[in-house]
Amino acid sequence: MSSNPSVLAMRDTGPSPEAQITRDIVKRGIIAAPALFVVSWLVWGSDGAWSSAYGLGLVLCNFMIAAGLVATTARISYALMMAATLFGYILRLGIVALAVMLVRNQPWVDLLALGLTLVVSHLGLLFWEMRYVSATLAFPGLKPVISTEEANV
Amino acid sequence: MEALATIARIAAEAGDAATPADLKNTAAAASAGYAYGLAAIGPGIGIGIIFGKAIESMARQPEAAGMVRTTMFLGVAFTEALALIGFVAFILLKFA
Repeated sequence: MSSNPSVLAMRDTGPSPEAQITRDIVKRGIIAAPALFVVSWLVWGSDGAWSSAYGLGLVLCNFMIAAGLVATTARISYALMMAATLFGYILRLGIVALAVMLVRNQPWVDLLALGLTLVVSHLGLLFWEMRYVSATLAFPGLKPVISTEEANV
Repeated sequence: MEALATIARIAAEAGDAATPADLKNTAAAASAGYAYGLAAIGPGIGIGIIFGKAIESMARQPEAAGMVRTTMFLGVAFTEALALIGFVAFILLKFA
């Protein structure tokens, strides 16, 4: 028998990359929000703009819940991280479905605008973030580092 | 068997009484349900594979765990987009 602990019993107490990615995604979502609202307002009117705002909020909350689940459970064990992500997938799908079902009959909701915003903003923000993540992974030397002098100040 | 025969008789009577609009609504509701259900299966399998491979990678190279988790998180988010597309198809077919 091996004396090494099982990988599922391992845990990661270092900084969480998921939280960092989600912070970047939320920042970019806030930057892109005005353009998204204007486009929706031009196409669907004020209902579309409100629906887009609601959809973007849902997408950002979805990312934050996903990152929070992974980051929190990775500090406990990888087994819990795996379970939390797989069940978290169902949970988050349920939350998105519930959030849409609750407002679908409201007068300010345009379902087409809401649905398109959900898909477009989710994929758009991911592709936007992926450009930076892939550049960092491919060219780690370009990643900003804190010099020892700056760190000691 | 008697219960099945009763169900078949009720279904046949309901089918006779159904108008084309009813049949269309029934087909739309069934299609919407299939769209959402089938769209959720694929990403579920995909997320399981991504996580299995990520755990395997972290077991082989624990020092690369940060990089593995970064790509894993993005992969999970991309896979989840498929389920979101299925959900959007569901709400548009069912309610729009």
